[in-house]
Amino acid sequence: MRVNRWTVTLLAAFVALLTIAPLLWMVSVSFMARGEASQFPPPLLPDSPTLDNYRMLFGTFGVGRFLANSVLVSTLATVLALLFTVPAGYAFATLRFKGRDATFRLLVAALVVPGQIGMLPLFLELKAMGLVNSYAGALVPWLAGIFGIFLVRQYCLSIPDEMLEAARIDGASEGQILRRVVLPILTPIIVTLALFVFLSSWNDFMWPLIILADQQLYTLPVALAAMSREHVQDNELMMAGAVITTLPVLILFLALQRFYLSGLLTGSVKG
Amino acid sequence: MTAVSRTREARAGLGMSAPALTAIVIFFVIPAVASLLLSFTDFDIYALADLSNLRFVGFQNYARLVENPLFWKAMGNTLWFVLLGVPFVVGLSLFAAMLVNSRWLKWRPVWRVALFAPYVTTLVATAVVWRYLLHTRYGLVNYLLSLFGIAPVDWLGDPHASLPAILIFVGWKTFGYNMIIFLAALQTVPRELEEAARIDGAGWWTRLRHVTSPAIAPTVLLVSVLTVAAMFQLFAEPYVMTQGGPAQSTVTILYFMYEEGFKWWNLGSGAAVAFLLFLCILAVTLVQLRLARKAV
Repeated sequence: MRVNRWTVTLLAAFVALLTIAPLLWMVSVSFMARGEASQFPPPLLPDSPTLDNYRMLFGTFGVGRFLANSVLVSTLATVLALLFTVPAGYAFATLRFKGRDATFRLLVAALVVPGQIGMLPLFLELKAMGLVNSYAGALVPWLAGIFGIFLVRQYCLSIPDEMLEAARIDGASEGQILRRVVLPILTPIIVTLALFVFLSSWNDFMWPLIILADQQLYTLPVALAAMSREHVQDNELMMAGAVITTLPVLILFLALQRFYLSGLLTGSVKG
Repeated sequence: MTAVSRTREARAGLGMSAPALTAIVIFFVIPAVASLLLSFTDFDIYALADLSNLRFVGFQNYARLVENPLFWKAMGNTLWFVLLGVPFVVGLSLFAAMLVNSRWLKWRPVWRVALFAPYVTTLVATAVVWRYLLHTRYGLVNYLLSLFGIAPVDWLGDPHASLPAILIFVGWKTFGYNMIIFLAALQTVPRELEEAARIDGAGWWTRLRHVTSPAIAPTVLLVSVLTVAAMFQLFAEPYVMTQGGPAQSTVTILYFMYEEGFKWWNLGSGAAVAFLLFLCILAVTLVQLRLARKAV
């Protein structure tokens, strides 16, 4: 059994290394001097590590602006998504109102419909509203988060009814109950949902590509895609750009992975 | 409970769900329905400038699509992505899940996070990284292959290699997500059952067939459905790595829709593509669910 134990662990370590190797290499190449990575065999570590690529990205290419755009759009998307979906998820789970169950069944069915189906009409709709080429236009899809409602509702189903009744008898209004009694219980699922929305809006590409025409408004992925089309040969520079784009979300995930993985299972297995 | 508090509860319920429901109707339901209507019009760059140029054209957009070779190319490519990608991704995820679930594994959480990490990275950023990894002359992938005496492959330049190359990237990016779902299913297999089978002399393969697979069969289906839907929605991968090329070998349905709609501004025709894409996803999902019902 001794042999077995170590073979399995070694195999897992090998597979894990193979999996994160592209990310490690991305970081390594981002510190290489210009042209250093264009050799055969490809160098694994920089000869003399340099920050030139990062300096050039922030200095010449104005990546600071795109980074700020991404932070702004993702933060606002997260706040708005929470404001819209948390009360709705709670209402669908615990409050009795007319048409509640029928509406919820429709929402669950709508989860199957991919958002890209309505992208062209949504573009025209936002054009009529004057929201094309604005942050507001980029934020709009995050308001309609059916998955978030579903996630919060699932969690709220475990809140005991007696608890809410007790608060009602004490004379608390429904709004007060949500704020003072329910929200503290919901903290874990709110963190999970916030993390989901922040990561997905940060990583989102197709919608910002469509709705943001002005380069000043580009988020990091849109800017990186545009840059990578123009600078196909500048590998070291592109790797630095990839690091700036993906490192923030990777760190966020590593810090809060417990919340992320538990939410992922609620969403997929019960869905 | 009094009638007054019942009314209050109902009013609060409506009030709390109204903002989200309104947003869903305006930004999701109406556009999805409008997509079907739009597909029966000749909405183009002229209509974009002046709505009076808009005409109802019936099924003309669909008729034109059927005659467009690039549309069929995109459909065919997407079909290949599904046919090759689903077994590839499901197999990879299941392998990773069984490895991480192994009873002899030490430091389990470390390996789990490492294998999951690619899933949370930014798609565009890692696509840029992989475009470089797959570089014909300086890429690490071809270097590794050369160690085994395999001649360099022109991954992103050869029409026969480009689709598998993108699939390798997609598999790397997504297997961690499915692995977590498989892990949850594998953990429902009682250890005692496996233990009993082992004591009865059942080998690894027998245990896999008779103990593990019945328990995870529904999950295999769930993951397949999710993966089919994901394969139908590939866009950023070809956009960044190949721009649909070479020789249009990586144009996906969604990439085709994007070009129709936002490059050529044929929004009517683009909407028709979107609607057909929806029908495809729906059909495949229904067939898979039907098969599952028969199998169970």
